[in-house]
Amino acid sequence: MISILTAYLGRAYREFRDEVLVLPSKVLLVLFCLALFLLPAITSQPYVLRIVILACIFGIFAASWDLLSGFTGQLNFGHALFFGVAGYTSALLNMHVNLPPGLTIPLGALAAVVAGLIVGVPCLRLRGPYLALATLAFPLILTGIIYIFPALTGGERGVSGLDPLSGSRLIDYYIAAVLLLGLGFIMWKITSSKTGIIFHAIREDEVAVRASGINTTRYKLLAFCLSGLFAGIAGGLYVHFLRAASPISTLHILVSFQVIIWAIFGGIATIYGPIVGVFILVPLTEVLSIFPVVSDLRMLLFALVILLVLMFMPEGISTWVRDKVEKECPRCKIRNIATRKQCRVCGAELG
Amino acid sequence: MIEGIIVSGLITSGVYALLAVGFSLIYGAARIINLAHTAFYMLAAYFIYILASSLGLNAVLSVFLSVAAVTVIGVLVYMFIIERVRAHETTVLIVTIALAIIIQEVVLIAFGGHFLGTSALIPGFATIVGVKVSWQRILTFGTVLVILVAAWALLMRTKLGVAIRATAQDREVANLMGINVGRIGMITMGIAVALAAVAGALVAPLFTLTPYMWMPPLVMILAVVVLGGLGSIKGSFLGALILGFAETLVVFLVPEGGYLKLAIALTVMLAVILIRPEGLFGVSFEEER
Repeated sequence: MISILTAYLGRAYREFRDEVLVLPSKVLLVLFCLALFLLPAITSQPYVLRIVILACIFGIFAASWDLLSGFTGQLNFGHALFFGVAGYTSALLNMHVNLPPGLTIPLGALAAVVAGLIVGVPCLRLRGPYLALATLAFPLILTGIIYIFPALTGGERGVSGLDPLSGSRLIDYYIAAVLLLGLGFIMWKITSSKTGIIFHAIREDEVAVRASGINTTRYKLLAFCLSGLFAGIAGGLYVHFLRAASPISTLHILVSFQVIIWAIFGGIATIYGPIVGVFILVPLTEVLSIFPVVSDLRMLLFALVILLVLMFMPEGISTWVRDKVEKECPRCKIRNIATRKQCRVCGAELG
Repeated sequence: MIEGIIVSGLITSGVYALLAVGFSLIYGAARIINLAHTAFYMLAAYFIYILASSLGLNAVLSVFLSVAAVTVIGVLVYMFIIERVRAHETTVLIVTIALAIIIQEVVLIAFGGHFLGTSALIPGFATIVGVKVSWQRILTFGTVLVILVAAWALLMRTKLGVAIRATAQDREVANLMGINVGRIGMITMGIAVALAAVAGALVAPLFTLTPYMWMPPLVMILAVVVLGGLGSIKGSFLGALILGFAETLVVFLVPEGGYLKLAIALTVMLAVILIRPEGLFGVSFEEER
């Protein structure tokens, strides 16, 4: 019994050593997961936990933008639509039907999938910038609809006083952290599956993909729906965590721009890049607003940081760092740490 | 009522047309979606505030000075910032948003967040078919028409215009024909920013100035260029007329129309592009591979 256990442990250890410790990016990922789980042990300040919870929620949101726009290249300028549709669906179900958050969040995500279909179908005829600019319209139109029915939706001020996620900041924290890691992992798996490869191919050359007998329309629609699902979960979490939903916080054009900023800053077409972007920029914004002197300059500094980083790392910060610390083997395409002279798998010379 | 709708519809449409033409030009020639476009418009309006209202300079002189200053800023921004990231289409988006936010924050720090107004460049009223219309509005609409015709003539009748259109159609072939596409991009950026600056300088006395005034017209001109077709001056003008009047009608006729004008204008845009995916007069760009 014990020998079997030690054999398994030994194998797990060897797997860990051979697959994780050889690559700095994977080590960083493991460290990130550990830090995320151990943070409440270090500090129990509600303010710090709040920032990290928001970063987790926005991390899911930014990664879902990447799944759609980073991978298939269908630039979505109105990603706030999914966030807002799910947020408002959850909020209204909670307010008027009294469903618990455990039900309203999945239902909200479902509504966001439907929104993905509704936006996706007309947008499939549009290409490139036309698509980007058309998607921009949807959240703003929804904002207009919300203003028309103030009795139901609360109009400009939105709805507040929703049920909290769990009632305890610590449990909220673990819900958000586990969902970030779990959903992030699922999205990453989707992008490295066959479907993900087709998404990638659509971005590179849609004509060639069609010529290979693949129905690109169906895959683009699938990307819209999947992206809507994950963004919807984030939207539901967000309104229940803040216990309020308003057009400004969920549907405003700046929400759509913000998610693009996070994703591109972190590095698109990676899934983890946008999460990195969120975990750098969200705390940065908070830290800048603490000090009274820089508080007025907060937005200016924020924009300057983004501008400078992207001028020198136009592919985003995580892609830039990855290319500095790792090299891809020219023969077998396996990634190696940059200090190696030979590929760890096939032994080819690394350039 | 009807006269009011026509006058303000024409002004709004004219301003949108000026902004949209520039936006569409720079997209065509350099494939840049410049989200900072209306930030330059705002900058010009604030320069007018400094020059005409605070320093008390002559109206024509202050318009020329502010347009020139904003154009120089725009070209410098293009040369030193946008050009560096131009190869990464998505990065350009963020860099231009960041630029717009930087301009907004600088204006906010310099002038504060409160509403500012400037006096009309030409005071007084004219009476046209029984309606009192301020000279400033007539000046605005007249200038818009002149500038749009000039821009059209530049694009259609001069060698530079041919080069810009060739670059817009096919960058690589234009390059092979001996057109310096990098410089064309820069010149187009200059023209585009100048158009935005003219729009900003003209509306400064008509609208109130705030550091956030760039956002609503940005969304609107995005809708206008999509509606009219990217890269088409005629399309931008017609798109601006349609959306400008749609917006004005909603504001005048619907209670609380201020909230709804954007939503309704955007619905109009969506309806049009669902029928014609490349917009009204869109040059359907060859699929770029």
